[in-house]
Amino acid sequence: MNGAEVLIDALKKEGVDLMFGYPGGAVIPIFDVLYREDKMKFILTRHEQGATHAADGYARATGKVGVCLVTSGPGATNTITGIVTAKLDSVPIIVISGQVRTDYIGSDAFQETDMTGLTRSVCKHNYLVQKVDELPRIIKEAFHIARSGRPGPVSIDFPVDVSNAKVKSYSYPETVDLPGYKPTLNGNPRQVQKLARSINRAKKPLLYTGGGIISSDASKELQKLLQKTNIPIVVTLMGLGSVPYDNRLFLGMPGMHGTHAANYALMECDLLIAVGARFDDRITGNKHTFAKNAKIAHIDIDPSEIGKNVKTDIPIVGDAKNLLSDLLAEVNPRKPDGWNNTTEEWKKKYPLKYIQPEDGEILPQYVIDRISQIADSDTIIVTDVGQHQMWSALFYQHKKPRSFLSSGGLGTMGYGLPAAMGAAMAFPDRMVVSISGDGSIQMNIQELATCAINKIPVKIAVLNNSYLGMVRQWQDLFWEKRYSSTCLKRGPDCPKDCRGPRKECPQLYLPDFVKVAEANGLKGLRAVKPTEVDSVLEEGLKVEGPALMEFMVRKVENVYPMVPAGKSINEILSGEE
Amino acid sequence: MEEKHTIIITVANHVGVLARISGLLASRGYNIESVIGAPTENPDIYKINLVVIGTEERIEQVTKQLNKLVDTIKIIDISHKKNYIVREFILIKVNAAKNRSEIFQLIEVFRAKIVDVTQNHITIDLSGPPRKVERFIQLLKPFGIKEFVRSGEVAVSET
Repeated sequence: MNGAEVLIDALKKEGVDLMFGYPGGAVIPIFDVLYREDKMKFILTRHEQGATHAADGYARATGKVGVCLVTSGPGATNTITGIVTAKLDSVPIIVISGQVRTDYIGSDAFQETDMTGLTRSVCKHNYLVQKVDELPRIIKEAFHIARSGRPGPVSIDFPVDVSNAKVKSYSYPETVDLPGYKPTLNGNPRQVQKLARSINRAKKPLLYTGGGIISSDASKELQKLLQKTNIPIVVTLMGLGSVPYDNRLFLGMPGMHGTHAANYALMECDLLIAVGARFDDRITGNKHTFAKNAKIAHIDIDPSEIGKNVKTDIPIVGDAKNLLSDLLAEVNPRKPDGWNNTTEEWKKKYPLKYIQPEDGEILPQYVIDRISQIADSDTIIVTDVGQHQMWSALFYQHKKPRSFLSSGGLGTMGYGLPAAMGAAMAFPDRMVVSISGDGSIQMNIQELATCAINKIPVKIAVLNNSYLGMVRQWQDLFWEKRYSSTCLKRGPDCPKDCRGPRKECPQLYLPDFVKVAEANGLKGLRAVKPTEVDSVLEEGLKVEGPALMEFMVRKVENVYPMVPAGKSINEILSGEE
Repeated sequence: MEEKHTIIITVANHVGVLARISGLLASRGYNIESVIGAPTENPDIYKINLVVIGTEERIEQVTKQLNKLVDTIKIIDISHKKNYIVREFILIKVNAAKNRSEIFQLIEVFRAKIVDVTQNHITIDLSGPPRKVERFIQLLKPFGIKEFVRSGEVAVSET
């Protein structure tokens, strides 16, 4: 056996049966093994970034490790955005990149790049395989590191001579020996008791949960805790779906585009129980006023998250699933009380709303709402980044965990389509809808062909407002409508000081997404009027293969609620000021 | 309050481990005052002695981040611990065209060693607790220091 054969065999032993990627000179030996391999499906994307996001989408939808395989040099550097995306959202992926021959490393050889140097600060761990004998151990460790503890991306750089090198004997290790890496899974029981006592005493307790609930598959435990304690809950973008939208205790998403109820509850609570969430600046707003009346308990598997952004009174390091079970056993039952009523009144007083006129422009919120009504409860929603992402978070009715995939931490435009491919490959029987903006979709639009040719039935909804809407919204609200470089229709004849759509605006929008869809072998549909939204959705979602549905939405609609950056999270703009 | 923290990091002796440590510190915006890395009595283990300046909270965060590295086995901030022997080594070149006897006296008091003498300068080697090294430098300053190199701090526990 040679190194390439060992690699593929080791991947199979780790349960990998699907990879995404792109070949090149330094990985031909590995692709040669794939050529004769029956048990490993390989999806050739059109760009390495697409392959990385596809592996990420697969990982988020399944909880398993997503794998992609690319060549050295530009192949490797093209994966960086995907690696950082996975790092910031704690997604387990493994990126295997080719590398030049070991004796050429450091000589600026053709398609050489220092991948371990480049990825050091953006992955959970990385390896350069220097000898073929190390390979089984490295693969074993890489999978262990990627999926255990706080999950994350691992990069393996694999020189071409090592993949050609023969091994004398090969056995795949059963255990790993990493003295420096032992994630704490079980929390300190005394701290759990302390938290339970605090909950029993609290008058206005509030749960604030994030992606950690999804990573540790703790939705059931969380819902049991809600049932027993009736503590109101706010759920971050990364945690959406871990509590069904119609749970009475669910106050919505908190933070910059959070609901009034969620943000007011954060400001009012006297005990804040954070689980698998990291007090990101998009959640806390002004850190000094954030939850200033509350004692803060923080449950996280990553000790470095505790105390990083806010001071913690009750720190507990451990796995969310274990800790929620422990807490469930310790805590007293609690009946809904005045605090619950207060939160429910906020919900009633400040509902998320929009008014869709029957004849007029399509509102983006309406499209999301209709997708939510028409799609079945098994649907996986994948988003890109921007306004449509926030509307999807707010107006889609999230029902299940691992069913809303979105780049939260890095905010990577171009994430949606390839990640949706990964999710659709993982679950061929579930509907996968990729909701995108006209800006984001163009960042990895080359993957349309990948979908069509591989019969990956992703349904793409493009909300076209001809703007990079989220930046335009900031320019609208905080930069006196100086729409600098955010209009995608802008041409050389436009006035320099454009402050929004006018009659004289160019009519032409490029590209024509329906034609792009058709040229790539997808069904292409377009809705221009509100009355066409349902028919386009019904037709598009029913198509057997992939389809792209374009919705021409109102150009200058803003996402509300909104808390301006750095303000206290109860200083909410609702769009009616 | 910002103060100096001496941190001992025990890591697995893997390729690039020093780069991981220093890279992490740089990417999170910490300034390294000094760093020494060398293998130990166990060839699989590598020890890094690090001096960084920061507030208690910042240093706690940096040790947590360093701990997260897969190669990190153990990490101790010894700044407020008494049972550690801390040493630093210095080579210092002083102008000695005049005042030679005064310099010789200092050398004797500090139990330093002369390693080179020329017409114009003396090169001295000294090792000891960081405060002693610092004091020695201060006392030599009036004579005119041409150059010095410091090793940075190394430490070992008494027990």
